[in-house]
Amino acid sequence: MTVYGSVLDLIGNTPMVDITALSPNPDVRILIKLEGQNPGGSVKDRIALSMIEEAEKGGLLAPGQTLIEPSSGNTGIGMAMVCKLKGYHLTVVLAANVSPERRQLLEVWGAEIIDSPGEEGSNGAVRKARRLAEEHPEWAFLYQYANPANPRAHYEGTGPEIWRDCPEVTHFVAGLGTSGTLMGAGRYLKERNPDITVLAIEPPAGELVDGLRNLDDGYIPPIFIDNDGADLLDGKKIVRPRESIEWTRRLIEVGIFAGISSGAALAGAAKAAETIDSGTIVVVAADAGWKYLSTGAWTDDLDVVEERASKITYF
Amino acid sequence: MPVTVHLPTVLRSHAGGAKSVPADGATVGEALTALAVEHPGLSGQVINGDGTLHKFVNVYVNDDDVRYLAGLDTPVTDNDQVSILPAVAGGAVPLPPPLQV
Repeated sequence: MTVYGSVLDLIGNTPMVDITALSPNPDVRILIKLEGQNPGGSVKDRIALSMIEEAEKGGLLAPGQTLIEPSSGNTGIGMAMVCKLKGYHLTVVLAANVSPERRQLLEVWGAEIIDSPGEEGSNGAVRKARRLAEEHPEWAFLYQYANPANPRAHYEGTGPEIWRDCPEVTHFVAGLGTSGTLMGAGRYLKERNPDITVLAIEPPAGELVDGLRNLDDGYIPPIFIDNDGADLLDGKKIVRPRESIEWTRRLIEVGIFAGISSGAALAGAAKAAETIDSGTIVVVAADAGWKYLSTGAWTDDLDVVEERASKITYF
Repeated sequence: MPVTVHLPTVLRSHAGGAKSVPADGATVGEALTALAVEHPGLSGQVINGDGTLHKFVNVYVNDDDVRYLAGLDTPVTDNDQVSILPAVAGGAVPLPPPLQV
């Protein structure tokens, strides 16, 4: 075994596992890339490190610097871990209704938490973080939704890893949040093979997580616009909370304890598998299941979990 | 049988508070236009005056975003479920009720 000098060296190079046993079409292979294997527990470790090191190169971070970031959890957790190791202070703006484990993990890594209204979801967290960043120009605001170092982490990491491990990939499926994974890894894969289909999955959240006063309050991540996301993507599917939880449970049958957004991405991959004759689908499991135990996703009655999913931000 | 259009919370007040409403049309655009005729408050909310889809609105036929199909010309057939969702930051995508197929 290699001995690593720092936990940060463990970020990336995540394993892929063949889960074709769950494929609805025996001629379609499905591989899942386990981002929960990153040291901070999610795919967001990649962009946390990339954004912070890019800011260091640009001279934006003095020793002891305070950073502020809106996050529904994973980016905050990844950044808090990196900040702990590099001697920075992180303040995370977090929607009040995220699962308690996310809040606890941020505290574990020493981040300060500012709540934004739960009913406004991530939109509310983004709004509040932007306002606070304007009020505190001395804070560094790396802003995952607009930072080119976010998709670059996937263009230089996730994408090449998939190509190295599975050059026969025909479809790439990932959840759409900031769009960084899809824009970065999707672009890299299409540059290698333009025939690869890139599919975005809109992860589920409850109906109640809808703080819009009108449609003009909507939000499209600048990363998505800057990378011509509408041209890059070949399709976008919504997946409902119930299917997400069902597929998250199915993953247990092949020994994979993944987060609920992974179930959503797999549900989308399974739908794609039904529409093609043959191929190899690579799907990203953004994190592992630990942070969602309190939701009862694996253990409670499916109807109860589905109802709960309409009130909690899982992603 | 018409298609069923699922409305996001922010638009329901324009349709008497209904979560979903029936609409007739052979394409998504026709169904949404018919809907705006029946519920004038919806006019201009989803489809702009120039006939394009509102920037911050995503429309799905069953599971698929029509922007990656044929846009407003995407054909719909009886019993299709059309969902209108506001574009929001990742991690907070409001969803219509589960499909009743």
